[in-house]
Amino acid sequence: MPTASTRNIALRLGAVAVGMFGFGFALVPIYDVMCKVLGVSRETINTQAQLKPGSTSADASRTVTMQFLANNDGGMSWDFRPHQFEMRVNPGAMNNTTFYVRNPAHKAMVAQAVPSVSPAEAAPYLHKTECFCFRQQTLAAGGELDMPLQFVIDQALPKDIRTITLSYTLFDVTGAAGTADQRVGASN
Amino acid sequence: MGADHHGPAKGLTRWLFTTNHKDIGSMYLWFSFAMFLMGGTFALVIRSELFQPGLQIVKPEFFNQMTTMHGLVMVFGAIMPAWVGLANWMVPLMIGAPDMALPRMNNWSFWILPFAFTMLASSLFMEGGAPNFGWTFYAPLSTTYAPPSVTYFIFGVHLMGMSSIMGSINIIATIMNLRAPGMTYMKMPMFVWTWFITAFLLIAVMPVLAGVVTMMLFDIHFGTSFFSAAGGGDPVLFQHVFWFFGHPEVYIMILPAFGVVSEVLPTFSRKPLFGYSSMVYATASIAFLSFIVWAHHMYTVGMPIAGELFFMYATMLIAVPTGVKVFNWVTTMFKGSMTFETPMLFAIAFIILFTIGGLSGLMLSLAPLDFQYHDTYFVVAHFHYVLVQGALFAIYCGVYYWLPKWTGHMYDETLAKTHFWMTFIGVNTAFFPMHFVGLAGMPRRIPDYALQFADYNMLSTIGAFITGFSQLIFVVVVIKCIKSGKQATDQVWDGAHGLEWTVASPAPYHTFSVPPQVR
Repeated sequence: MPTASTRNIALRLGAVAVGMFGFGFALVPIYDVMCKVLGVSRETINTQAQLKPGSTSADASRTVTMQFLANNDGGMSWDFRPHQFEMRVNPGAMNNTTFYVRNPAHKAMVAQAVPSVSPAEAAPYLHKTECFCFRQQTLAAGGELDMPLQFVIDQALPKDIRTITLSYTLFDVTGAAGTADQRVGASN
Repeated sequence: MGADHHGPAKGLTRWLFTTNHKDIGSMYLWFSFAMFLMGGTFALVIRSELFQPGLQIVKPEFFNQMTTMHGLVMVFGAIMPAWVGLANWMVPLMIGAPDMALPRMNNWSFWILPFAFTMLASSLFMEGGAPNFGWTFYAPLSTTYAPPSVTYFIFGVHLMGMSSIMGSINIIATIMNLRAPGMTYMKMPMFVWTWFITAFLLIAVMPVLAGVVTMMLFDIHFGTSFFSAAGGGDPVLFQHVFWFFGHPEVYIMILPAFGVVSEVLPTFSRKPLFGYSSMVYATASIAFLSFIVWAHHMYTVGMPIAGELFFMYATMLIAVPTGVKVFNWVTTMFKGSMTFETPMLFAIAFIILFTIGGLSGLMLSLAPLDFQYHDTYFVVAHFHYVLVQGALFAIYCGVYYWLPKWTGHMYDETLAKTHFWMTFIGVNTAFFPMHFVGLAGMPRRIPDYALQFADYNMLSTIGAFITGFSQLIFVVVVIKCIKSGKQATDQVWDGAHGLEWTVASPAPYHTFSVPPQVR
């Protein structure tokens, strides 16, 4: 039999191992917090901004080029494209555009768009007041839709950023509908 | 304990039920050598396919399985168990302990491993093939796009993790509780020190690896979305969690190597190790730094500039304690009365070639340059220099150094030197040209490549085959040494100091039943 002191060491080290197993899972929320602190959060770009109409004033002296990209995740069959590929906008001004989707399949499908902003430094300055990415989209077989996007670029946007690319990837979540809503929805 | 427990039991059950640290150490070493030959065979399949441009021998799908299995088997099956085997054999002998502190758990730690690797290797024969996503198993390759055998891989990794954690708990408990009277921490041999620190690293990060594969399991089978962007997860999270384990893991494989070299150099230089306490502190610093540099594997994945800078500077900082070690080793040899037996040859080759690998690592640590090097053969060259010419050379160094103590016979020096030189030529022919093709832009993990890389790849393949077949010389040396050879003295090497050289050669089945006094 090992001595009491050996058992003690073994139990403590075993507890450390169990604790580190938990720490592995704790890295998931830590990652979200770090991304938020560093301004590269998916929440930052996937959260509805609370701006009152008219609360911001446009800076007409400055224009920023907004580029839009629409991608399908592998295996996703929808037609998905922006109506405008590029917009020249003034910081502080409210802008509207739409993305087109069509479901060519013979069954109803549910999709979730996940946004990404490049350069990442611009992400905190892109405020979306309305976006189709805030919720899942359901389309009947053959159905089509123009999905709205309304956004303001913050006047505080660093001067050296002249072009912002907003890219959406559309995922098929038909099977996982409901469960998938939870983490995306939680940030709204 | 019965009175008949003076010698080993007979037959297969001796090995199945043994709690003797020497038996278990031997089993670990034989097991790791078998895995080394298996992983080496996979490597030769890879190199055969890359002998010429174009697809000749295997299909790309199978090529991917080979790169994956080669990496997994070599890391978890060859290098890590070899170190645990050396620790089992030598730590009790070096600190004057009668056995490991938890002998029954020691038996468990070993016997889990054959099951883990049977599960992993059996996936080669399954429908859909073996894991094909690289040894780093990045999601979603290892989740959404993985073959069905990924579940066997996950449980295999769980078992390996349990084995490593139990082994580490055992080593720490042994070192803390069973040191001979008078052996203070700062009198412990360097090999014991490096393993002490390595064991803490293992306990800290193997559970994180278990966590990340468990998340994969949940994503694949239970509908969670840890790593799936569609469900609100993030594949980049996978890489962060994986490398939080993965970077300390590479130090787990190399720190014991530092220990072995720090034992061998003083013996064959006939001088004490230069800067013992700075060696201890340098090892501890490297272990600490290993926890805060993981994202240097991910420069191209996308990080805020502050993150890239932090991980770059932290990584460059590791060169400082590592440099302390290299200079201490060189100073140990300086003006020593040196002889060049096989362990010494491996030790000196280790210092030179590991330093080359360390310097290419320093190049890779520079975030702006890494955008060119990332996922090229330059990276492959770098980590083979530190893991083959580094860790593997140090394992051979330790095995040759302690083999006479284990078997009681001197090994065949001529044959052993042949093994060293053939291996030395083989690995450098195999891995040095990879630096050039990597810098020229050849990506890693591809079965076919552009024509301009043909000559260097042919050279690499020739080197790989020289290396592979040279290991058969080692088998002959070991078997010859077990069966016959000049009787070894207790001290074996005339410059050797330490408790392990005070026991008889071969080391009796039970040693230090009465603790020795260390002054």
